[in-house]
Parts: sequence; C-alpha cells; structure tokens
Amino acid sequence: METDTRDGPVTKANVTMPETQTTPDQRTAGRASTKMSATDLNLWYGETQALHGINLDMPSQEVTALIGPSGCGKSTFLRCLNRMNDLIPQVRIKGGVALDGEDIYDPSVDVVQLRTFVGMVFQKPNPFPKSIYENIAYAPRLHGTGTSRSELDDLVESSLKRAGLWNEVADRLDTPGTELSGGQQQRLCIARAIAVNPEVILMDEPASALDPLATATVEELIHELKDNYTIVIVTHNLQQAARVAGYTAFFHMGQIVEVNDTDTLFTNPAEQRTEDYITGRFG
Amino acid sequence: MQRRLTGSANDPRILARYRRETRFKGYSIAALFVAFGIILAFFTDIISQGYSAFWRTEINVTLDYNERAERIGRFAVAEDLRGIVSRGAVRGIPLEISNNPELAGITREAWVPVASRIDQYFKGNEELTPELARQVEALKAEGLIRNTFNWAFFTEGDSKLPELAGIFSAAVGSIMVLAVTLVFAFPIGVMSAIYLEEFAPDNRLTQIIEVNINNLAAVPSIIFGLLGLAVFINTFGVPRSSALVGGLTLGLMTLPIIIISTRAALRSVPDPIRLGAFAMGCSRWQVVRDHVLPLSLPGILTGTIIGLAQAMGETAPLIIVGMIAYIPEAPTSILDAATVLPAQVFTWAGEPRQAFTEKTGAGIIVLLAILLTLNATAVFLRRKFERRW
Amino acid sequence: MDKKTFTQHISQQYNEDLEHIVTRVMTMGGLVEQQLEAALEALVDGDEQKGEQVVTSDYRINAMEVELDEACTHILARRQPTASDLRLIMAVIKAITDLERIGDEAERVGRMALHLLDEDRRRSPMAEIAALGEQIKGILRGALDAFARMDSEQAVRVAQEDIKADAQYDSIVRNLVKHLEDNPKSVPPVLDIVWATRSLERIGDRSRNICEYVIYFVRGKDVRHISFEQMAEEATGDRR
Repeated sequence: METDTRDGPVTKANVTMPETQTTPDQRTAGRASTKMSATDLNLWYGETQALHGINLDMPSQEVTALIGPSGCGKSTFLRCLNRMNDLIPQVRIKGGVALDGEDIYDPSVDVVQLRTFVGMVFQKPNPFPKSIYENIAYAPRLHGTGTSRSELDDLVESSLKRAGLWNEVADRLDTPGTELSGGQQQRLCIARAIAVNPEVILMDEPASALDPLATATVEELIHELKDNYTIVIVTHNLQQAARVAGYTAFFHMGQIVEVNDTDTLFTNPAEQRTEDYITGRFG
Repeated sequence: MQRRLTGSANDPRILARYRRETRFKGYSIAALFVAFGIILAFFTDIISQGYSAFWRTEINVTLDYNERAERIGRFAVAEDLRGIVSRGAVRGIPLEISNNPELAGITREAWVPVASRIDQYFKGNEELTPELARQVEALKAEGLIRNTFNWAFFTEGDSKLPELAGIFSAAVGSIMVLAVTLVFAFPIGVMSAIYLEEFAPDNRLTQIIEVNINNLAAVPSIIFGLLGLAVFINTFGVPRSSALVGGLTLGLMTLPIIIISTRAALRSVPDPIRLGAFAMGCSRWQVVRDHVLPLSLPGILTGTIIGLAQAMGETAPLIIVGMIAYIPEAPTSILDAATVLPAQVFTWAGEPRQAFTEKTGAGIIVLLAILLTLNATAVFLRRKFERRW
Repeated sequence: MDKKTFTQHISQQYNEDLEHIVTRVMTMGGLVEQQLEAALEALVDGDEQKGEQVVTSDYRINAMEVELDEACTHILARRQPTASDLRLIMAVIKAITDLERIGDEAERVGRMALHLLDEDRRRSPMAEIAALGEQIKGILRGALDAFARMDSEQAVRVAQEDIKADAQYDSIVRNLVKHLEDNPKSVPPVLDIVWATRSLERIGDRSRNICEYVIYFVRGKDVRHISFEQMAEEATGDRR
C-alpha cells in the first residue's frame, strides 16, 4: 500500500493570494516602495469628467501597466503624471499625484523641472528633426546636465547603449533621426528620454506603431530599463502588458476596476469586469 | 453574368467615356495655351517696346574748354554739332571748370550722348530734317556716331531729357523703401504671429484678432496710402515722399501677409515635435525657439519674400504719400525725397514724348526681372529647406 | 460565477472551439466509463468477451487524448487565453491525462480479469471487490458530472467519496494479504486480483484529481496536495 501524500502535510505553498481588494478604489498595498501615487484624482475635459477618483500606487523600479478599452482614461491618467494635461486648456484637475511623496500639482512646483524627472515616450515615435546626436544631447545641454563636448559624447553613447541602439547608429550620429526605421526611432526616443536621467519613464503605447520584431526589441528594452527606472506603460495589447509588466491596473470608464500583480490579474482576476475584458467578452 | 474581359476596350460606353475624358483634357490644354498666349503677348509687347532703351547713340566730339564754355557748356562743342549733342551732356562743363581750374583751355575728345531726337531717329521712331539726317548719317559713316549699350540707364537718375534718364535713383529709392519695410514689418509680424500661434489662449479675443488680420490682408493697398498720409505724415511728421514714410506705409500693408504666412508656417510644424520637446522639459519659449522656429523658418522666409515682392511692385499707396515726384538724384538717407521703380515707370508712362515710351518699357522689364528673381528665390528657398518629419 | 461564460466571447469561433473541446472531453469520459463498466463485468462476472473488448478498445481513449491535446495546443497558440479561459484549458489538459490513465487502469483490470479462473473468483472476496467497483464507478461518474457542470461542491463530495473508497480498498487488500498468508500456493491469481483492485483504487484517485481541476477552474485555486479539509474550504469559501 502506498502512502498517499495528499492527506499529509501541505507540500505546496498556498497559491499567492493577491494582497488586495475587491473595492476598486483601493490602493495596491504592501509592495516595494512607491515611486508615484495618485490620490483621489479627478479630471474634467470641460464639462465631461474623464477620471473618477483614481487611486493608484506605482511601485519603484517596476513596470506598471495600464490596460483598458478605448476611451477609458488610461492615457489621460498617464499624462497627469507628468502634467502634460496642463497643455490642454479645458482640462481641470482635482486630487493629487505624488512623486516620492511630493505633490506634483503644488503651485510651487516648476512643471519644466518635473518633466525632467518624469519622462515620456509617445505612441508614434517623434524624434526631433535633428541629427541623432542632437536628439539626445539637446535636453541635457538645455538643462545643464552636460556641458562639455566630451561629457555630451559620453552621455549620448551611454544613452544609446542603454537603449540598445548604439551598435546600429554609432557610425552615423550626424544623420537625421528621422531617417531611422520605426523601431529605431522609438528606441531613439527612449534613449532621448533616459539621457536626462529621469526617475520615472511614462510610455504611451510605445510599441503600437511598430512591427512585431521592433516591438519585441522595445519590450526587451523595457525589461532592462526597469532595474534603474520606474516605468508606467499604457497599452491596449493585453499580451504586451502580460509580458512586460509586474503590476497591472485595469481602467474602465475613467475608474480603476482592479489593480494587481500581473500574474494574478491574468490568471485569476478578482473582478468580473476585468475577467470579461481580458478574455475578450467585451471590448 | 459572365465577365467578359477580352474586347472590353471596344465597349461603346467605355469608348464614349474615353472620348469625354480626351475632350476635357483638350479643353484644359487649350485654356493653358490661351493663358500662356496672353502672357507671351504681354512679354513680347513690353520687350519690343523697351529693349531699345538699353542702347543709345553717342557722338565723338572734341570738347574745347574755352572761355565761353566756362559760362555755357554748349560752347565747348563745335557749332555745327551743338544741335546734335545732348544739352544735358555738356551743361555740367562750367561747374567742372570752376571745380577744376586747371581744365580751362584744354581740349579733349569724349563720347557724349546725342540729343534725344537723333537717338530716336536712329531707333527709327522720329524724323529729322533732311539736312540733319544727312549730317548725322555722314557722321555715322565716319564712325563718329556709334550705338552702344546704355549703361547710363542704370547709373543715372531721372531726367527731363529722355536720353539721360535712368532708373538709378528709383532703384535706390526702392531698395531703401524695401529695407524700411523689412525692418519694420518682419520683426513685428513674426513676433506677433509667434505669440498668436504659440502662446495666446484660444478665446474670443484671439479669434477676433485673427479675423481682423485676415481682413487687413484684403484691404485695397491705396487705403494704406491714405493711412500713411494721415498717421505718418500728418501726425508723426515724417517727411513726405521720403523712403521712410514709403517703407512704413508698405510695412503696414505687408504686416498682415507676414503674420498670416508665419502663422501658417508655425502651424505646419507637427504637434508631436512640440509634445516631444515639452516632455523633455522645455519651457514653452524653448519649444518655440529650438524646435518650432527652425522648422518653420523656411516657410516664414518664403512668405516674407513674397510679401516684399508684392510691396516692391506697389504704386498706389506710394503715390498718396508723395513718392511720385521728379527725383533726379538718388536719395542719400531715408528721410530724403525718393521715388520707387513702379512709380518711376508710372511717371515715364505719363510723358507724352516718344522717347519715354521705350524708357517705360525698359523700366517694366527691369521691374519684372527683379520681381521674378525675388519669387524664384522664394521658391528656391522653400525647396532647399523642405524638411521631412 | 456563471459556468457557461466561456461561450460568451466576442469571437464566435473561439466559443465554438472551446465548446467543442469540452464536448469531446465528455465523450472521452463516456468512453472511459464504458471501459470501466466492461472491465468490472469481466472481473466480477468472468465475462471474457468483455475483458477482451476492454483490452482492444483502449487505443480509442489514447487517440482521443492525442486529439484533445492538439486541440488545446492550438487554442493556446492562437488565442493566448487568460483568466478563466486559461484555467479551463489547463483543467482540460490535465483531465484528459487522468482520463487516459483511467483508461489504462481499466484495461489492466480487464487484462487481469482474463487471467482469472472461475475457482479463483470463488475463493476471493469478489463481493467486496464488486462493491468497491460500484463505488469507483460512482466516483468516476460523479467526477465527470462535476466537470461537465463545473460544480465545485459536487467535486468536493466526490473527493470525499474517494476517501471512503480508499478505506474500502485498504480493507480488501488486508483481506487478500491474509488470504495469501494462509494459501501460499495461490499467489499468482491473488496477485492478479490485488493488481486489479489496486487499479480500481487508482481510478478513484484519478477521478479525485479531476475534481481538483474542477475546483481550480471554478475557484482559481490549485488544491492539489493539500488536506481534504483545506480543499473543501477553498472550494466552498466565498469567491473573492
């Protein structure tokens, strides 16, 4: 007669229960330190309210993905994190967003300075119509973080290396950035963003305009970057969120429905709406 | 229904369609020919009228700086030639002698322009008395009368004597006016446009301003002349007929054009570039200075050049502010009375004398050449700086 | 949670693919049940024909395992299923493995049955074995039923049944061992009976595995290798 181990002591740890919540507005608690957090954030475009009481913690040196159907407010929320929404005249914001605990909407905050701490990469690659070298050197020179030619040379080289683009363009740094392929342009934009040494990098659907190979390269880059930066990425590609993000927040109609670590959200989501969205039961 | 491909080119409906299209193409080409024909006719007319002004007849005479010549320059010339030589060519001799006393008593040979009648005779436009005709023909046969390129047309100012009239003073006046226009309208226009396009909030006030600027561009130019008269001459006391007042008036006229074309150039810079710059931590002014302006500069320049070319050809407003006067000497400062090329042409066109007809034509040719060059420069600049983003 | 929501995808094709897979799993289950029935008849009643039938029909179950594995692989490749869809595919993949093993065990029972002579049957505790067989049949039926309806409470009940069946098995084996001690010369047939009985017990265990997959699908909890009490709690606790 053989021993049935099933009635014996537990040999496999309990399945990790997400430490969080069913209430949609709860923060994700108990993680590694929080780099940026939104507290009861509301946003109006004129009369229309686009964000309803968003509470979200984005942990340091992690990739947080924001997913959700079109028009759910994820890009709008992302733009709140570096105050790019300030450029839109009809926008009104209530609530707070904090970087390392400091409220970025405080009147004493210089928006321009903020954007050197919180960088952004856009959906469609938008390199400046300057040379590759200038694309990267421009901002550091402007902010005074690189002054001498050799300093800038080093900065350009290290940024391009970290973005995984150095080998492809080292011999043509003077050619216009706009002559690169789509994937290379996007990596150039990423290199440009990290050249100012931000703490947080925001990415708004960074690979949606790229072919699968370029997408994979960018995703790999994100994976390498997260050791040094906090990354928040908006994506409508669920598989991409599943691949790159450690934590995922599901947005729907301007609210956060569920926040969880990615594995749990994609295997066993707590909310029915989340389940319906990620399994393709509603768009 | 079975699809039939073979022979479908012979389908009567298809054939009728092709015929229609060919007819339409024919109409378009015909229209093009008509337009070109008119332009060709215009150019032919002008050139045929004016080309002769680029040549003039000169005579080789012995100038005797004798005593009588010290008082009246004509007497420096032999009597039988006095009627042939241009009065204006020798009237400066007394002054010459008094300025340079050592010239008294000398004789020298010089090629001087002939009187306008003789010049026009050789150009086939006027008749001379038979004796005179024989005399000048003889001189010509001897080689004492020649036909040379009329450099004086470009180096001399206006004159009552057509054989001496040139466009120099008008050209200098035009350059001064354009310079004033540029200095006045370009900075104000470009900076206004930058503010309106990049910095101003999009509200009722800015919309009203935009509408008004667009309307200003359509105002008849003569109104600006009246404005210049009232504001610059009467209120500010700017000297009438000066390049300054002309430049300011034309500057007002060119301002809306520069503003509109600058705004269009700024608007054509794609937004993602601005957003990228903002995300890099640029202030709004840095975004404009480092990213938007460099990209829109070709467009701004093109618009400015076109505006200036338009200003160059303007006559009506300048007439109102008095730049239609007789200006033989080129102005030395922008406060001196001056005239401009189109006004000069206008003046010459009003002269009854036959000789001024060719001057008018020549003036138009010069004006056209300058305008075409300006516009070609604008096109060249636009092509050269075309950017891909 | 609504068990049939896997049919509500926007993609109709996806719905059909999933439904097809589940239907085929049920068919495989039915086949396996038939095999078990026939094997028991061979074992208990000595029906040789049934015994041979069981042995020669096992290939069909193996073929279905291959077919269903392939179908699941296609779903994984094409659809990248997540959440409940993912758990469904995982449950199916695991269940068909267990079903195929159940088929193998039934085949063994049938084979063992063919070795037995009538006198061997008379001398063994056939009545208890028959009772165990009925119990196991019920357990298999219950597990398949729970899988078809994705009923986690049913799954818990069936698992409990298996615990009882295990106890039954223990007692039968103790009997057979005692019989062996008393009659050393009758080892070969007794051994065959022991193997056959053990196969029945394995069938019960494998059916219990299928119940665990049901709970995994419904609750999102992996309840393998934990105590029954914990499993019951996971299965019936509040769905978060």
